[in-house]
Amino acid sequence: MNGSPPILAVKDLRVIKAGSLVLDIPALMVEEGEILSLIGPNGAGKTTLLQTVARLIKPSAGDLFFKGQKASSNHSDLEYRRRVAMVFQEPLLFDTTVFENVASGLKIRGMQRPEIRKIVAENLEQFGISHLLHRSARKISGGEAQRVALAFATRPEVLLLDEPFSSLDPPTRESLLADLESILRQTKTTTLMATHDRMEALRLSDRIAVMNQGRILQVGPPAEVMNQPLDEFVASFVGVETILPGRVIRKNGGSFVASIMGHEVEAVGEVELGESVVFCIRPENVTLAVHPSKESSSARNVFPGKIVKIIPLGLYHKVQLHCGFPLVAYVTGHSLENLALAEGQEVVASFKATSIHVVKKKGGRR
Amino acid sequence: MDLILEGILKAFHLLITFDPEVMGITLLSLQVSGTATFISLLIGISIGTIVALAEFPGRRFVVSLINTGMGLPPVVVGLFVTIFLWRNGPLGFLGILYTPAAMILAQAVIATPIVMGITLAAIQALPKNLRLQILALGATRLQMVWILIKEAKLPLLAGVMAGFGGVISEVGASIMVGGNIKGYSRVLTTATVMETSRGNFDIAIALGIILLLLAYFINLILTQIQQRERPR
Amino acid sequence: MKKSKTIHAILAVLAVILALTAWTPVQAQQKNIILATTTSTQDSGLLDMLLPIFEKKAGYFVKTIAVGSGQAMAMGQKGEADVLLVHSPTAEKKFVAEGYGVNRRLVMHNDYIVVGPAGDPAKVKGTKATTDVFKKIASAGALFLSRGDNSGTHSKERDVWKASGINPEGQKWYQQTGLGMGQTLNVASEKNGYTLADRGTYLALKKNLQLSILAEGDAILLNIYHVIEVNPAKWPKVNAAGAKAFADFMISKETQDIIKTFGVDKFGSPLFFPDAGKKEEDLGK
Repeated sequence: MNGSPPILAVKDLRVIKAGSLVLDIPALMVEEGEILSLIGPNGAGKTTLLQTVARLIKPSAGDLFFKGQKASSNHSDLEYRRRVAMVFQEPLLFDTTVFENVASGLKIRGMQRPEIRKIVAENLEQFGISHLLHRSARKISGGEAQRVALAFATRPEVLLLDEPFSSLDPPTRESLLADLESILRQTKTTTLMATHDRMEALRLSDRIAVMNQGRILQVGPPAEVMNQPLDEFVASFVGVETILPGRVIRKNGGSFVASIMGHEVEAVGEVELGESVVFCIRPENVTLAVHPSKESSSARNVFPGKIVKIIPLGLYHKVQLHCGFPLVAYVTGHSLENLALAEGQEVVASFKATSIHVVKKKGGRR
Repeated sequence: MDLILEGILKAFHLLITFDPEVMGITLLSLQVSGTATFISLLIGISIGTIVALAEFPGRRFVVSLINTGMGLPPVVVGLFVTIFLWRNGPLGFLGILYTPAAMILAQAVIATPIVMGITLAAIQALPKNLRLQILALGATRLQMVWILIKEAKLPLLAGVMAGFGGVISEVGASIMVGGNIKGYSRVLTTATVMETSRGNFDIAIALGIILLLLAYFINLILTQIQQRERPR
Repeated sequence: MKKSKTIHAILAVLAVILALTAWTPVQAQQKNIILATTTSTQDSGLLDMLLPIFEKKAGYFVKTIAVGSGQAMAMGQKGEADVLLVHSPTAEKKFVAEGYGVNRRLVMHNDYIVVGPAGDPAKVKGTKATTDVFKKIASAGALFLSRGDNSGTHSKERDVWKASGINPEGQKWYQQTGLGMGQTLNVASEKNGYTLADRGTYLALKKNLQLSILAEGDAILLNIYHVIEVNPAKWPKVNAAGAKAFADFMISKETQDIIKTFGVDKFGSPLFFPDAGKKEEDLGK
């Protein structure tokens, strides 16, 4: 954190639509040059937040601060919008050439022809679509269209992206993601991005904000949010696959044992006896073995069980098993082969007590 | 059958020899309907766009009014305009009854709801977020409206053609408010009716053919504009 | 996209030119006369011949509104016309009696004829009295087409039915077209029916019709034209001076001479007979 004020700040921001509160954010700050992702289910308020920051929606209450100054009067709206760029989920292009499309934003600002030509060329070059200059915007692929939409923005001070990759197929998404990442890092553009995809968020962002029902539940660096979800909702959303409710039955100094569906599972944390807790176990932290290892490992939790289902997910496989309680593990294809894992197979699952993230049920938020 | 043939020959003859009376009638048809369409374009597109984009109480009622207006019987319009323009009527002081100006007025009243209704539908058919996107680029409201109108160029021009088509072929209102005065307020449609009632079928058919040609020619130009510049 | 801009500019300029030229300056009210007359008068072509002469001489612009006699008088009653040239004597007399018109002056006359199919199913040819002609048509139940539009022709036809003591309304053989004279003649021709028509229109359309003249010459068939000025006392906005000028013109000797010879070269006989200065009762004798 440097000493200068955050480029964007939000205070007691509320948006009411059709009588219901769709956005309620007491505070949010965005540092200059950072990439902040907003993740959450449909209707969480991500789009509303982005459009409010773009000043396309007027908040019902609260203030938005841009570079330390309140952005609330009507007069500065136009000027503000020209410094802040927003890209929507479906590329909304005009029925004309790519050149005319990208030029339109500049024409609006009253730029002259020669300068427009120069800047359009630069923008298209940046996104690798210079060859599309004179093509009809209706005759390009989805990925190219989205690049054009991104090219609309000319050195914005803040870039707002509303699920920019969700309408693309995986390979296109991958390529665009990579390009965008390098451009954003290079230009150090402050970016707010809404997305469904946790992996995207994880990859691109400096920080992730998890939203639900108009509120921000947690915001922080990806590792923090993903590995230390503040509550069940965040946990399930960021991809903790195994969530097990239980009750503390024993304490051993820094660690404790909870009864989970009749089984004893050891974890680490500050709890009270009899307290209700929820264990969050990331699938990456679950190890499978076909024969129980002769050597003792440091894993305190070892449970025999049976594989219920194997789902291939590209780079790895998701293995759902039942070992007295449902458990999900990620296993590489390599390992799958080596251990000859198959549905119905008996395996032994183990995970470390330290890898369990403990959430106190309906307790306080840390 | 030979009547139609006679008519075609007559039409040809009138056109080739630039028969002054027919030329005059044709030019007047073009002037009157052209001006009326132009007026309807200005009012229709602007109001149609506003109603399409704005939210206000009673909007649905206004939209249904516009849609009804599209089907206004021209002869009823003619009747009401005549009554208004009578010497002793509310607009009598204008003194424009039985002049081409009155015909332009009546035709504009007929064409405007048509253009308005089609504009309304065309603008509403644009993607909902397009408006936001344009605003997000930093456009003023006026710039946004202009860009949206350009985006809807195809259906809007169809609306203009519908408006023009409606008035160039209109006869009831034109006779009532214009008086079909020779060399002054006589246009192709009113002249056709007159020649028919006189029994001069060949002239009537000839005028009809000239009217069709005129309408086709104008729509050709408008279609060019509508379909022009579709990039590869 | 320079090309599009130029095209837009050209169109805009065109539009403005069109609009400007169409906007004929609203002529000074004093110079305009609204003449309400009938379609048959208009269709005869007489006015096309006379009006240019009048306009040049007196400097007025005459707006001829050709409608049925009924509508013409209705316009006069509302002060929406300045002068009437009509041929519906019964209604005209009422019009003047009620104070709407002044200076009703006789201009000219022509006559009506009864036309019908050459086969003449009602056997009316040769019958002298028109009332008898109508009686024969009624008793034969032969198809008769009426204009049914309150025009001068229609009211003359009604007068004859009345004089014959017959009420044709609602009878199957009596059909009302609501159309002008030319069109009614066409319908009669198509359907092989009888009708009452003014000679002028019949002559003009004869070549396209399958109808022959079956009765003519009876005094009751006289079609008498008067010019009436709309009463400025009732309607101050009428152009009284213009109306008077036009009426005076119609009964002037020069005009009457023109009327006398109008139509001779085209049809072999004149379409109208000038009567200015005569008394209505003296006509046809």
